[in-house]
Amino acid sequence: MNRRQAVQKVALLVGGTVLGAELFIQTGCKTTPKKEAAEAGAEVLPDFFTKDEIAYLDEIAETILPKTTTPGAKDARVGEFMHAMVRDCYTPQDQQVFKDGLSTIEKISKDKYKNGFMQMQPQQRTELLTALDKEAKEYTGTDDYKTKQAALDKEENAKDSVERSKGNFGYGKARMSKHYFSMMKELTLLGFFTSEPGATKALRYSAVPGKYDGCMPYQKGDKGWAT
Amino acid sequence: MTNARVANITQPLPGRTACQYRNKCWLGCPFGAYFSTQSSTLPAAMKTGNLTLRPFSIVTKIIYDKDTQKAKGVEIIDAETNQTYEYFAKVVFVCASAMNSTWVLMNSATDVWEGGLGSSSGELGHNLMDHHFRCGASGKVEGYEDKYYFGRKPGGIYIPRFRNIGNDKREYLRGFGYQGGASRQNWQRTIAEYSVGAELKEALSEPGSWTMGLGAFGEILPYHDNKITLDKNVKDKWGLPVLNIDAEIKENEMKMRADMMNDAAEMLEAAGLKDVHTYDSVYGFGQGIHEMGTARMGRDPKTSVLNGNNQVWDAKNVFVTDGACMTSAACVNPSLTYMALTARAADFAVNELKKGNL
Ligand SMILES: Cc1cc2nc3c(=O)[nH]c(=O)nc-3n(C[C@H](O)[C@H](O)[C@H](O)COP(=O)(O)OP(=O)(O)OC[C@H]3O[C@@H](n4cnc5c(N)ncnc54)[C@H](O)[C@@H]3O)c2cc1C
Repeated sequence: MNRRQAVQKVALLVGGTVLGAELFIQTGCKTTPKKEAAEAGAEVLPDFFTKDEIAYLDEIAETILPKTTTPGAKDARVGEFMHAMVRDCYTPQDQQVFKDGLSTIEKISKDKYKNGFMQMQPQQRTELLTALDKEAKEYTGTDDYKTKQAALDKEENAKDSVERSKGNFGYGKARMSKHYFSMMKELTLLGFFTSEPGATKALRYSAVPGKYDGCMPYQKGDKGWAT
Repeated sequence: MTNARVANITQPLPGRTACQYRNKCWLGCPFGAYFSTQSSTLPAAMKTGNLTLRPFSIVTKIIYDKDTQKAKGVEIIDAETNQTYEYFAKVVFVCASAMNSTWVLMNSATDVWEGGLGSSSGELGHNLMDHHFRCGASGKVEGYEDKYYFGRKPGGIYIPRFRNIGNDKREYLRGFGYQGGASRQNWQRTIAEYSVGAELKEALSEPGSWTMGLGAFGEILPYHDNKITLDKNVKDKWGLPVLNIDAEIKENEMKMRADMMNDAAEMLEAAGLKDVHTYDSVYGFGQGIHEMGTARMGRDPKTSVLNGNNQVWDAKNVFVTDGACMTSAACVNPSLTYMALTARAADFAVNELKKGNL
């Protein structure tokens, strides 16, 4: 493992627990543009999602954060952002959950709305994702999840103590993945609000404030600071 | 509670611009508004005309002269060409940061002392310390919704240590201080009312409630068995031994952590905050990035590596003035203390040189 990869792994550990992850995980995830990387003799990561899948992710993101009087997720190319994050920073387990989630969304679309997600009306997409959001919020509280988590914790704690007894304190315990829609929503928020259009148009951004005022008037409707 | 004291200038100084309130200090301040060697002390040293910088130089050992019982200089490897060079001096200041300074000592004079220069006391490499943290409390402030802020102040608040001071007596030794701050929540907050869509975006585009957090920094006691050693097997790219680090926090720190969380919560509640919750995100040794100890000062050469003027007992013209010299960690940010100790030792060394004592 080279240093770059190590940084990414650590970043994921840190970011994994926080909604939207902490900002610095982005710096840990930068991939060298392919051509440059190949020329430099570095390992080139295979593409993870197809162009169509990225367009699909864009539509999911746009449903979560649509264009209004301010830009939406598509303006910030959140689909591509999710692609890079899932490819470079997710564990294989989480990658699988995320990928399967896309198929699940497509299946629900076909079963319930008799159409692919891409062909559905914005209103239907919102309805579908609202239902998924509810499911995702309740996910870790379900009996099924709790039983699985308890079983996994037991198994992993046992493995950890075996490793510890052998003097290895670095055993990384496996953990349960989040609901796939939680992943999608978190990445959408992170990708959008830290992007140029998100930070400068949906929010307010000042690169070099030059002064500090700790008590300035605020009126309902004024935008929040991006950083 | 006081404003955090930070090394940012609010008025320009020669060659340095006043703080621009970007709060990006850790990236290396291009305005020179945040203190760093590059913005401040190196330019000052260059200006004297007495400084020669030799980058890409890895000091591998201090050259020790058995006859005079003093150092003659240092040996280095050029990191780019792998060539070895020797440099000679009347006085050697070792300031490679706590663990690396000890690494240099451990690699020096091994023909006289197996454990290296300064190891005669048996304390070289021992008493590694840091600050334990990642616990405290936070809560919500009601109201003040017509107030916001402009700019990003690079420091928050500080609450100095109050435990085990005066008549206060706890079940553990020493104590902790708090760093913290208040802000309005941003887009990372969860909004229960909205799930997806325009309303969610609009809501997250506005600031949320005011919150305030307090995070404690606690003292770690110097334990002999918290130590660094040279790895006999693993070598780096230049064939130099790497360091093994073996350290943990113990009962005293664990007891202190309970206060570090609960005191914060009690103060926030007393100040009228709501939804106060405590957290302990678990501390791993070294996460405080305030590593210190491993070549401690002392009054007795049998129990310390350095004397009270930061001189190695076994080679008086070798000074170690960084975090390695610390005997206890206190609970405050350490670097100003290292700088003060360095200035004091440099002054002492100059006077000793003038007197012909070195
Ligand atoms: C992210 C971060 C935030 C921090 N924030 C604070 C803070 O807010 N307040 C505070 O007080 N402290 C803070 N600290 C701690 C502070 O940075 C250190 O205490 C301080 O930098 C130590 O100074 P030093 O000169 O001893 O070591 P360093 O600044 O580490 O300098 C040592 C130098 O020696 C060189 N070197 C090492 N080995 C060799 C060798 N064998 N040969 C030649 N050169 C060598 C290194 O390359 C380096 O340039 C922070 C630390 C980190 C990492």
